[in-house]
Amino acid sequence: MSAEQKSTIIERLDALYEYEREPVTEDKLYGWKTFIAMFSGEHIAGTEFVLGPLMVMHGVSARDFFLGLLVGNFLAVLSWALLCAPVGVKTRLTIYWQLRRICGPYLTIAYSAFYAVILCLLAGAMVNVAVTAVSLPFNIPNPDYAAGQMIPTVPWILLAVVVGVVIATLAVLGFEKIAHFSKVCAPWMVLIFFAGAIAVLADLGCSSIGDFWHVANEKIFTGVPIGANTKYTYWHVMGFAWLCNATQHIGMADITIFRYAKRWTQGFASAFGMYLGHYGAWVCSGILCAAYLAAGNTNPQPGNIALFGAGFAGAVCVVIAGWTTANPTLYRAGLAIQVATPNWKRWKVTFAAGVFMILTACIPAVNANLDRIVGYYGLFFMPLGAFIFIDIWIFPKLGLISDYAQKAKLMISWPATFAWIGAFMFSVFIYGKDHYLWLSRLLEGKQPAWLANIQPDLLFLVAPEWVVAVTLYMIFSVIQQKVAKANVQSQEVG
Amino acid sequence: MKHTALTQVLKIISCLGLALTIIPSLFVFKGVIDIKVHYQFMIVGMIMWFGTAPFWMKSSGPHTESKSPDEKEQ
Repeated sequence: MSAEQKSTIIERLDALYEYEREPVTEDKLYGWKTFIAMFSGEHIAGTEFVLGPLMVMHGVSARDFFLGLLVGNFLAVLSWALLCAPVGVKTRLTIYWQLRRICGPYLTIAYSAFYAVILCLLAGAMVNVAVTAVSLPFNIPNPDYAAGQMIPTVPWILLAVVVGVVIATLAVLGFEKIAHFSKVCAPWMVLIFFAGAIAVLADLGCSSIGDFWHVANEKIFTGVPIGANTKYTYWHVMGFAWLCNATQHIGMADITIFRYAKRWTQGFASAFGMYLGHYGAWVCSGILCAAYLAAGNTNPQPGNIALFGAGFAGAVCVVIAGWTTANPTLYRAGLAIQVATPNWKRWKVTFAAGVFMILTACIPAVNANLDRIVGYYGLFFMPLGAFIFIDIWIFPKLGLISDYAQKAKLMISWPATFAWIGAFMFSVFIYGKDHYLWLSRLLEGKQPAWLANIQPDLLFLVAPEWVVAVTLYMIFSVIQQKVAKANVQSQEVG
Repeated sequence: MKHTALTQVLKIISCLGLALTIIPSLFVFKGVIDIKVHYQFMIVGMIMWFGTAPFWMKSSGPHTESKSPDEKEQ
């Protein structure tokens, strides 16, 4: 890539976010109600129909599930309220401009590119969710990954293409009307989850509220994994509930939203999204999954379990939940990709992203491993949020210069680059040494006893990776700024 | 005045739609009605909600999405 091409990409990226270059002004701030509505709507999505059943399939016990979600979601709320919202309110800048100041334009391009890929993947997962319901009236069976079906049938793929093309077309037309429609859907969708779950409880032998805990332990969250799934414990549930939006809270992507908040305390509005969506909806979809399986069915796909609990309205809910979340996700992916394709119009870019989305939707393994994918991407982007937090709050106290890349006119911040790679590689290594076959073989008999005894799951690594990211970034930044200072002094003496 | 009254009527129908979505499930739980009746109530509730809510629910909120250069030109 030539220097000219690189500068063109940076200019395009800057132009894309030009409107958000200046901090938000006082007259454009919003109160609690807006943030409560926004979080409640955003975290009751199509993927909620996947994640609750995934926990059931992984054999989590009732106590572990309810307690793990309580604590994990509490940690997520604290991360929004104490880490993300204070930064958004202090700087009133988007994640793009904040990263650009701290990490330099090249690293911001890398962030945008990786984020685009992840967004396409997530949009694909949501299309998959929608198709599991659209396929029902056509009697097209949903792919059963647990039974070894790696690729869906041709009619199912054709359906995914049709749904994907519709979503891509709507994303090309813009997101504002869809965003409004998604807001309208939110209260109804919550009730569909709850109504479906309540209605099927009797099928599981629960005839009064007093029976619930017994039935939850014996028939819903039994503690026994289904099929070849690994066993999940309290720590998995807690870690996942915290990690699944790590990019948004610890990773600071939501400073783009919180720059519109009047006070940092509005970060606690995230509790509505977490406890309605990632608690209530996950519990409900878990119940629906268990009842569906108890009725003698197999392959608990979102469309099937929603139809089982809520009839036609449930199936419509799955389609809407998948569509309203896939649409803005694809729109954002299109925007992120557009910077790398300077001469392409947005409709072309969005359709290109749409092709990737449809391909992803046709891979049943994606939704079957959605918890892992979300875990990896959370850990991947989280260090950048840690850098932002340290740069803004800790650097001034240590006598270090904040926004160093911008002030020193650097194209890339090497402390951020190496700390990002180092922190993520730390997690990959700590998890991979016991889970990746090639790495396990490579390290066989070579690990010291203390390291061999540490065998965390991917979902346990939020806090350790944050500490590693912060430590590396601070050490590297001290070196960078000391060396730069010494160079200036030597030049002055010279 | 007329507009406010109409909005109030729409809001009441929306709320009834939500009530029809959730309340029948409690009757299924108690064994008062069959699950198939609950399915039908949910369809009616859905029609009532989507037939009215989009007309009174505001779409205000922070503008958090960027627009691409070709959109800005428009």
